[in-house]
Amino acid sequence: MPTTTATTPIIALRNVSKRFPGNDALTDISLEVNVGEVLCLLGDNGAGKSTLIKIVSGVHEPTSGTIEIDGEQVKFSDPREARQRGIATVHQEVGAIPLMSVARNFFLGAEPVKKIGPFKFFDNKTASRVALDEVRALGIRRIKDARQLAGTLSGGERQALMIARAMYFGARVLILDEPTSALGVKEARTLLRFIKNATARGVAVVFITHNAHHAMAVGDRFAVLIQGRVVADFRRGERTRIELLTLMAGGEELGTLEDQPDDFEDDE
Amino acid sequence: MATDTTTAAAGPQTSTEPPQPAALTQAAKRFTRRPEFAALIGLLVSFCFFAYTTRGSDFVSLDGSAAWLNVAAELGIAAACVSLLLIAGEFDLSIGSMVGTASMVVAIGSGYYTWPLWASIVAALLVAAVIGFINGYVVVRTGLPSFIVTLAMQFVLAGASLGLARLISNTTSISVPVSGSAKTVFAAKWGQYSVTIVWWIGLTIIAEVVLITTRFGNWVYATGGNPNSARAEGVPVKKVKIILFMTTSIGAALVGILQTLQFNSGDVIRGRGIIFTSIIAVVIGGALLSGGYGSAVGAMIGAMTYGIVSVGIFFTGWNSDWVSLFLGVLLFLAVLANNYFRKLALARR
Repeated sequence: MPTTTATTPIIALRNVSKRFPGNDALTDISLEVNVGEVLCLLGDNGAGKSTLIKIVSGVHEPTSGTIEIDGEQVKFSDPREARQRGIATVHQEVGAIPLMSVARNFFLGAEPVKKIGPFKFFDNKTASRVALDEVRALGIRRIKDARQLAGTLSGGERQALMIARAMYFGARVLILDEPTSALGVKEARTLLRFIKNATARGVAVVFITHNAHHAMAVGDRFAVLIQGRVVADFRRGERTRIELLTLMAGGEELGTLEDQPDDFEDDE
Repeated sequence: MATDTTTAAAGPQTSTEPPQPAALTQAAKRFTRRPEFAALIGLLVSFCFFAYTTRGSDFVSLDGSAAWLNVAAELGIAAACVSLLLIAGEFDLSIGSMVGTASMVVAIGSGYYTWPLWASIVAALLVAAVIGFINGYVVVRTGLPSFIVTLAMQFVLAGASLGLARLISNTTSISVPVSGSAKTVFAAKWGQYSVTIVWWIGLTIIAEVVLITTRFGNWVYATGGNPNSARAEGVPVKKVKIILFMTTSIGAALVGILQTLQFNSGDVIRGRGIIFTSIIAVVIGGALLSGGYGSAVGAMIGAMTYGIVSVGIFFTGWNSDWVSLFLGVLLFLAVLANNYFRKLALARR
């Protein structure tokens, strides 16, 4: 695997467009991400970021253009198919359940069981051990016992828990939808470190944000979306922070004139 | 008794702790963070209060204990089922009518039509399963609050069972001859101790085991904790809810069957109070009304507390009018205490 992924991007979008009635949400998007890389998707609200995520995670099908995984053209008819191909989305609102333990959250929907006679029981021991190993491997050191409630974790750690979980269940591309937007400065920094650790363990990350500082901190590639088009696509070091900020600021100005597309998008 | 059952149920949880120097304090710390911790304190305080105020009476005797345990058991059966449903984030206000309906099915079956007792018992449980399914199906299908759906069902059932009973037998209270194996299973008595207590303890253990040690239990917590997350991770949220509505109805029917066989008569108006007392028991037991948190053992403790208060007042010789006041205050304190301990459990470490 490492030999092929060095040349073939793990996921690539080729000339993807998405049209909703009366609204060109995305136009001619071409992007690619390699294993171990973080692609930062920047842009203001309504720039098409969420539509793009929905296409990659199998919620929408593109109107034209193709998606490739490991160089192979794929078509997702629903999110489950995308997940089976190793694409996992970590949303903020659909996260860890605070009143359940770390272990129970980690294995929710895929609980390990052990059989005693005709009955199958939740294997709490295995669940706790694996969950603890996995979250600590990602760098969440504050979890000492997987039986503690997820609600005892900070917002960033809770998202990291979901990232660890997705990786354990075979995710190769992690889509993080505005993971830092509701976090404090310190927490955001911690989460960014977790993201970096995740890529070191062999996944690709698509990091959606409108915070240029957070993007610069972890990004290997950057794509700036304005009105459904990629206006800039560059690698780390090719642009300065100031240039990125200027690009984004330009986007913001245009974005305020174009509130309409946002409404259509929400209706979908 | 009270402390025995709780520590026994908490045992498997705490014993998984690998032997560490601080294992004992760790275990103790974790125990204080369990949902039923505050309830246990409430139970002990209530018991001590009534043991003291009724000193000289039979409250603490074998017979006195039987009196409140019998009351607790009947409520506890319903509460065990309600606790799971509440943890999954749903209410069932139709259980009151379900008790009376099940009672009437048994009475009409075996009292009026002379079916074998077991046949009418099975019929009552089947009716309950169907009613529970309808409750669950309507709730998950329409997305309406279960509070309203089951409130409607409460009235539908009450009206239907009254009407049908009158239509078929021309009365709403029918005596039932009880004998044979059904009598042993549902109406046995050892001294003052009713077989209901065995059913109660058995069902509570099953409910707690399901909740803590099975995949389904995990799904119940997730369904109440955050249905969107649960659904996203592939938990069959709708199925979980429908199953729990069915078990709750069946639990209520069991209460009706037990009452009918123990009193040798079926009555439509049985079980009216259980709608509120079961929720009181579950909430005193540490469950969160909005779902996602609670335990069956907690519901058991809540039912015991109810039993102690309602029977304890009788032993003090005070007017039983005061029972509701006590329960109200207790519920209020329980909610405050549980809220506090839940915050403690969620505190960052």
